[in-house]
Amino acid sequence: MSKRIDVKDLNVYYSKFLAVEDVNIEIQAKSVTAFIGPSGCGKSTFLRTLNRMHEVIPGGRVEGEVLLDGDNLYESGVDPVTVRSQIGMVFQRPNPFPTMSIRDNVLAGVKLNGKKISKSDAESLVEKSLQGANLWNEVKDRLDKPGSGLSGGQQQRLCIARTIAVKPQVILMDEPCSALDPISTLAIEDLINELKSEFTVVIVTHNMQQAARVSDKTAFFNIAGTGKPGKLIEYAETATIFSNPSVKATEDYVSGRFG
Amino acid sequence: MSAATTNQSNTGQPDTKVPAGNNKAPQPPAPRRRNSLAKGHLPRFAIPGIAAGSLVLGAAASTLTGFSVATMAIYTAIIFVLAASITTTAVEGPRRGKNSLATYLVYGAFLLALVPLASVLFTVLEKGLPGINMHFLFNSMNGVTGAVDNASVENGTPVIGGAYHAVVGTLLITLWSTIISVPVGMLTAIYLVEYGKNGPLARAITFFVDVMTGIPSIVAGLFATALFAVLFGPTARMGIVAAVALSVLMIPTVVRSTEEMLKIVPNELREASYALGVRKWRTITKVVIPTAISGIASGVTLAIARVIGETAPILVTAGLANNINVNVFGNWMATLPTFIYYQIITPTSPTNIDPSIQRAWAAALLLIGMVMVLNLGARLIASLFAPKKGR
Amino acid sequence: MTTNALRRQGSKGQAGDKIFSGAALGAGILILITLFAVAIFLLIQALPTFSANPALITGGEGFVSYIFPIVIGTVIAAGIALLIATPVGIAVALFISHYAPRKLAAGLGYVIDLLAAIPSVIYGAWGYLVLAPALVPAYQWLAENLGFIPIFAGPASQTGKTILTAGIVLAVMVLPIITSLSREIFLQTPKLHEEAALALGATRWEMINMSVLPFARPGIVSAVMLGLGRALGETMAVALVLSTGGLIPSLIKSGNQTIAAEIALNFPEAFGLRLSELIAAGLVLFVITLAVNLIARAIIARHKEFSGAN
Repeated sequence: MSKRIDVKDLNVYYSKFLAVEDVNIEIQAKSVTAFIGPSGCGKSTFLRTLNRMHEVIPGGRVEGEVLLDGDNLYESGVDPVTVRSQIGMVFQRPNPFPTMSIRDNVLAGVKLNGKKISKSDAESLVEKSLQGANLWNEVKDRLDKPGSGLSGGQQQRLCIARTIAVKPQVILMDEPCSALDPISTLAIEDLINELKSEFTVVIVTHNMQQAARVSDKTAFFNIAGTGKPGKLIEYAETATIFSNPSVKATEDYVSGRFG
Repeated sequence: MSAATTNQSNTGQPDTKVPAGNNKAPQPPAPRRRNSLAKGHLPRFAIPGIAAGSLVLGAAASTLTGFSVATMAIYTAIIFVLAASITTTAVEGPRRGKNSLATYLVYGAFLLALVPLASVLFTVLEKGLPGINMHFLFNSMNGVTGAVDNASVENGTPVIGGAYHAVVGTLLITLWSTIISVPVGMLTAIYLVEYGKNGPLARAITFFVDVMTGIPSIVAGLFATALFAVLFGPTARMGIVAAVALSVLMIPTVVRSTEEMLKIVPNELREASYALGVRKWRTITKVVIPTAISGIASGVTLAIARVIGETAPILVTAGLANNINVNVFGNWMATLPTFIYYQIITPTSPTNIDPSIQRAWAAALLLIGMVMVLNLGARLIASLFAPKKGR
Repeated sequence: MTTNALRRQGSKGQAGDKIFSGAALGAGILILITLFAVAIFLLIQALPTFSANPALITGGEGFVSYIFPIVIGTVIAAGIALLIATPVGIAVALFISHYAPRKLAAGLGYVIDLLAAIPSVIYGAWGYLVLAPALVPAYQWLAENLGFIPIFAGPASQTGKTILTAGIVLAVMVLPIITSLSREIFLQTPKLHEEAALALGATRWEMINMSVLPFARPGIVSAVMLGLGRALGETMAVALVLSTGGLIPSLIKSGNQTIAAEIALNFPEAFGLRLSELIAAGLVLFVITLAVNLIARAIIARHKEFSGAN
């Protein structure tokens, strides 16, 4: 249940503005890939092109190809909804649906699409997904309570459970820990390590230690200046990026000299 | 009265309350030091004193011109505001004088505004309550003529005839205008927030919804009449025409409140839903609208409260009926507001207008009751259906 | 690529999206079409008035001399209403936002909203049956003592059903509107500005004058304009309260008329050319209120741009 992603010559635009230029990258199945780089370098924008979420913003469009196990996401006739049900996403701030209980939040992807699901299937899906997100033991007694009553870290794991429940091939995470305290962050990092046995995980992070801790490969994005497009500077094994980068800018960034 | 208390009030120092226990054994307190911060202030009794003086002078002035409570209140207020401000200016300086003048004027304006509003509510209650009874609530004016009213006045029997037909008409016409306005208004708001994205069409719709907000209610009535006159001939007056007229007034309110509510739904929720592979229309109907529903529902309720009391558009669209008509697609129809209007302006019996006036006030009380219930309901909905917080 | 698996998964449910967005778009367009169509219908119905023989128009001298006095009457009634309601409304708003105890203030704000919701026919009935008789002595006093001023020229109306009474009833009706809009603006005054003024040793009035009123001025203007729009278009209060007649300068005699009341009083029996006249009068009223509302909104919009920086 996991697929690889290959990106070929990808340019990302907002209307006329070129936000990210000429990205080529291969993301392995069942691995954790981290995107690092200074603010505004386009790493989040690029991440959002991997499941066509950037189209939600008016004027967002791309040139080039994104292949999920060889299938182009952007081929005409491909429904973005199909893409998103295969490539899930977890956001910067935990965003459980405020009108739904914890159980309904987990089932949201199934129920909102109007799919029929039997009660026992639903129960086992909820349990499996919450266990997959290391949240089951904390919430199993209050599945009917609103999701917004959980702590920030629990809410974020609820959002991950919600994403897992759709059974995607790939999970994209956009700075999933930036709104969390250190203990919750640790819980999410542990979870990411477990998730890669089943899913392809791509994570954008501001925190270089986090990238070093959780990822197998790391991609460094940079921007030449305000108004210029972001670019993929270097992509290699995480150990290489942090100990022996081949590009000067990467070395400056990971050693803390800028950014 | 001891010397100490006199001294205290002379300094204008706010009295610090002596604990009750100390009252029994009063000790001669040491002469209090004058607080330099309290220097140059009016003593505490000054303002109540001026008020009492103004009341006496006001009563006197009112007696000179033929005593009445209204003139006494007016004279007293004028004398008090002038005297109190001038005294403050003299003792505490012009800046504080101006400040107290402004304070008295603001309080005065508030009291002045209360008078007519309280009078309206009091009148409706006082004159409306005697007319409210089962007979009034469940009977129409069918067959009630001037002779009937004359008889009940001459014989001192209860007033015959009620507002049942008007209540039915009001409810039906309001129901139909809600049926028209809510889907159109909500879908338009959804277009503006979720699809239009400030494009030229969305801006045009926003502009024309603004235009609709400012339409006088009588013009809305003419709109509907003109529309149906072209479709069904010039004498088409029936409930549905009134419902269309009220919709013209209601739609902009529904669009505005729905739009505001949809806008405060955080974008993150929409993104979360999209990222789960949920379609846009399902995201809107299952995530966005449920999150905003309390605000939307209370906005719709307020819109209903607004149109339920509209009179002018009904006058020109639904005519007036004395009998019960439950068919909004045929024949004239009465509503509470037009019922009130016609009972006052053309009493059923021109020689004995009291029964008509009594029916009018009873209907007014009924109408105000409906509006208040809707307003309170809107509040209740807003708090009951708000997204739940807490564990 | 013909074997794209994503594509083979199909696009089940896309129809739902299309139907829903189509319905939303349709509702928006329906509003535009309705307004457009109805404006056309109104024009068609009003047209005979402009092409008819002027002698056949009510008054016998054509539409302009028919409508002119009523427009002036409308403006006078609305003018009186604003003259009374603006200072009182602003003061009441200040009372609620800056003078009243906090607990009282929240309740008062709600009461004001409730009062704004009272149907106009009830205000009209109150004006007709309570206020007008109560004002008769005051009008007599005015006629006796200030009768040399044309607007108070006697003899005063014996029923109190005059344009001044109508103006006062309108003032009572627009007061809650002006108050609730101004109150919202007053509450938005940046707390820092207020505290800065108080810290400089300003009295409460000086603080309001220095920080609250300048900040709120555009908001007050637009609140008053919206109140004016309401007063101009208000029908029932005037139809019930005013004993109508030709245009006269005295405010305390029977006479004068407003557009909205003219339509309401005459429409039920109108047909043919008279109907066209009334519809044309409605168009005139619509144009006037539209202009007032657009100016108010323009002021609000400009204000928004400025306050966006805060």
